[in-house]
Amino acid sequence: MESITVTFKLNGKTTAVAVEPLASLRTVLREHLHLHATKAGCGQGGCGSCTVLVNSEPVLSCLMLAALADGQEVTTLEGIGTPQHMHPLQAAFFDKFAAQCGYCSPGMIVAAKALLDKNPHPTRAEIAEALAGNLCRCTGYVAILDAIEDVVTQMQEA
Amino acid sequence: MAKHYGRGIAAVNYPTGMNLGGDPTQALIFCQPTGGFSVKLASTDLGQGLKTVIAQIAAEALGVPFDSVIVDTGDTDSAPHCMGTFASRATHRVGNAVIMAANEARKALMDVAADEMEAAPEDLVLENGEIYVKGAPERKTNVFNVALAAHFKYGKTISGRGIYLKQKSGLDPETGACDPDSTEAHATTVAEVEVDDETGEVKVLRLSSAYEVGRQINPEMVKGQIISGAVMGMSHTLTETVFPYYPSLDHHTYGFGEYIIPTALDIPEIESVVLEYPSSNGPYGVKGVGEMTANSPIPAIVNAIYDAIGVWVTDLPVTPEKVLRALDEKALEAN
Amino acid sequence: MGVKQLGIVGQSVKRRDGIGHVTGQTQYVDDVFYTNMLWLKMVRSPISRGIIHGIDTSKAEAFPGVVAVITAQDVPNNWYTILCLIGVEPNDEPVLAHEEVMYIGEPICAIVAETEAIAAEAAALVKLDIEELPPVLDLEFAISPDAPAIKKWGNNTFMYDGYTHRKLRFGDFETAIQQADHIIEGTYSLSPIEHAPIETHCCVVKPEPDGRLTVHSNTQALYFTMDNTAIILQVPSQRLHMIGGTVGGGFGGKVDVITEPITCIAAMKTGRPVKWRWTREEEMRKSSTRAGVRMQYTDGVMNDGRIIARKVRSLEDSGAYHRHSPYGVQKHMANLPGPYTIPNVWVDAYCVYTNRQPSSAMRGFGVTEATFAVECQMERIARTLGIDSWEIRLINAYRNGQMRPVRKVVEDATLIETIQAAAELIGYDLPAHLKAMNSDDYAGNGGHHG
Repeated sequence: MESITVTFKLNGKTTAVAVEPLASLRTVLREHLHLHATKAGCGQGGCGSCTVLVNSEPVLSCLMLAALADGQEVTTLEGIGTPQHMHPLQAAFFDKFAAQCGYCSPGMIVAAKALLDKNPHPTRAEIAEALAGNLCRCTGYVAILDAIEDVVTQMQEA
Repeated sequence: MAKHYGRGIAAVNYPTGMNLGGDPTQALIFCQPTGGFSVKLASTDLGQGLKTVIAQIAAEALGVPFDSVIVDTGDTDSAPHCMGTFASRATHRVGNAVIMAANEARKALMDVAADEMEAAPEDLVLENGEIYVKGAPERKTNVFNVALAAHFKYGKTISGRGIYLKQKSGLDPETGACDPDSTEAHATTVAEVEVDDETGEVKVLRLSSAYEVGRQINPEMVKGQIISGAVMGMSHTLTETVFPYYPSLDHHTYGFGEYIIPTALDIPEIESVVLEYPSSNGPYGVKGVGEMTANSPIPAIVNAIYDAIGVWVTDLPVTPEKVLRALDEKALEAN
Repeated sequence: MGVKQLGIVGQSVKRRDGIGHVTGQTQYVDDVFYTNMLWLKMVRSPISRGIIHGIDTSKAEAFPGVVAVITAQDVPNNWYTILCLIGVEPNDEPVLAHEEVMYIGEPICAIVAETEAIAAEAAALVKLDIEELPPVLDLEFAISPDAPAIKKWGNNTFMYDGYTHRKLRFGDFETAIQQADHIIEGTYSLSPIEHAPIETHCCVVKPEPDGRLTVHSNTQALYFTMDNTAIILQVPSQRLHMIGGTVGGGFGGKVDVITEPITCIAAMKTGRPVKWRWTREEEMRKSSTRAGVRMQYTDGVMNDGRIIARKVRSLEDSGAYHRHSPYGVQKHMANLPGPYTIPNVWVDAYCVYTNRQPSSAMRGFGVTEATFAVECQMERIARTLGIDSWEIRLINAYRNGQMRPVRKVVEDATLIETIQAAAELIGYDLPAHLKAMNSDDYAGNGGHHG
């Protein structure tokens, strides 16, 4: 199959990449663009570990054709924060022991950011609802919810 | 149609180590010229936090600052044998091996320090990387200086080797007599549930537990295991199955759409208290916690269901269908 | 009881790998890519039990982008008995099937191709000629004389020192049960469950110029994997260089050495790096599970609540092959009596084979199901006798210095203390005589001093 070129804004920078027409956005991000924060947990839309933001909406990148990212804005965890400049959510996850094996963490943080960008004052129940599509097998979720609530409090105090 | 409240308890043990033993782990430690210590392991961190916990144990045993300890794992070219991370063995065996290696390295360090300070090693104190003479604290040096001196002045190695092995036990085929474990951790969980007698759904309201783990190396990480175990124990009891019609192969689950594990919406209230009764043979008394926490919730929940609706559903998972069938049977027997 | 205050031990220091995890910078095996890397996909049995009459890989081999096909003939020592390292025998599971298949999903041949998609497409072109046989799926049926023997030694259980099961015999159950005031029975069972770590199995092997193989693996046990792989490849272990230690969740599911041997063979055959990463469907349906199990308890109990006799018959479903089950059933057996003072114990624990995906280690291996049965049975006893749930456990809890049924003296016992602490946590005021109990005191226990 002939490849197609997809041009989109990736973490703020215009990026063009040649891909197979049926390649998922997840595959393109991980294997063509070498951004490994986005994880390949199931490829079935079941675990949420591949969550990225497309035009600020949380999207399961394993179920989205890369071709559909053409002309859109895509944000991965790498565009949200780095070890040198962590986003408050990342700092909170670190602080609250909200990451154990770390495999679900990127998807969780991206989903949490999507929530807080829309609703800076969610209740704990609303946070859980927003994260209901992100599975974690290691932590039991309590520390994750605590971390996000912590950021909400910080934002309110600021 | 009603929701019935029930409470159940379960008291459990969990053995530490590969069954019957025979599962060694080794560690090597060496000191760099400027006083950093590298711990070489071929062990694995599954997310439970072994890399951090081992750094804590090494720093404690060596008497040096936590940040000066490097834990390097896992590469079989550069580190000795470890049996693996399973059977709640890792902190216990790896920790013990690391302490043994640290003791050897520390002794070598103190011998060099003694030469440097012209004192007897037994008169020196090593605390958080600082070395001073007992009773004369103004006579002091530090690990940085001693390490440099060892490397470039005395030509001495500051390193250590460690191994922990519980000898493999036999098993008598007639009686089953054996030595299965290094130590036993214990726990008690109280489960509170609500059972809907029209839908058969069981909602776990709260899991309250006491875990006795010998020694907590890192309390937040122990808490992480407690919460994680509570949630996995809950779903093991109520929703998880690869073969929903076991032993039939029908509807063999394909992915997370069919294999139901909890989301952030499904967690009950979880509270716990941790007890520490140091074991006789664990590093600083450690027992092991990673598996036990997912065990105690299971019978506690099944017992709570009995308390709520007076029926035993003892075939896991306790699905709504099984609850309703059990209630129907109970109603039939009553008539 | 206070513990001696230490320095950094006991502090909740932040995770060393925490920042890597929350920024997505931690490296996992699926993040390992080499130039010139090939991808592997496995062709698997579509049926539960059968005889292989033919494997036609010609169309797959001819498919553009396919570089190699690995069959049983390519495996130097085609036996996959991971516990051979601790003396478990006989060999029962091939690395790649070629004569018979024993479960849906059993690996038959591997396709190695330029891309993952090509490997998957070519895998679908392999033609399998398998004569279907009726599968054995039910535990009771499997050990009955009516069942066909699906294992080559003539029955469907693991043979332990000439016996079809492991035995635990302590005291004299047959006599003691006659003396009991009550006989209380219960059956406890569970179906197989899946570890379901968010990270699936993954292995990358790179052949080195000096003939060694660099193996990136998310196994939970690097040396165990190395030595088993070396036995299968028929090379000295030093030929392998295992790199790992960072696993995206294991729970006992990444100890089966299930990816490394084949990926190594593929790398050796092609002379190129090879990656094999499992799909979620493979992780669910093909990787090992916890064993399904059926446990039957018969207890002799006195009016005052003491359990004086316990008999357990347990059938563990090993699935099609050994994996870790022969070991797991032994651990299971030791825990079936429970942490209680029971002077007469009889346990028969079977490791049973069926035609389903093999079970193996999982968080709590062998103990999870025993704990479940013991504690539900304890509640059943409490309810039948009308004795308080807390009291029944405290009366029977084992004490230090007593003899366990495996004939090891109880030490480090703290069951009583956790029961008391749990009661306090929920604000339940235990009566004074129960509060006074401790693991070094036999009062109220019936005084079994072992």
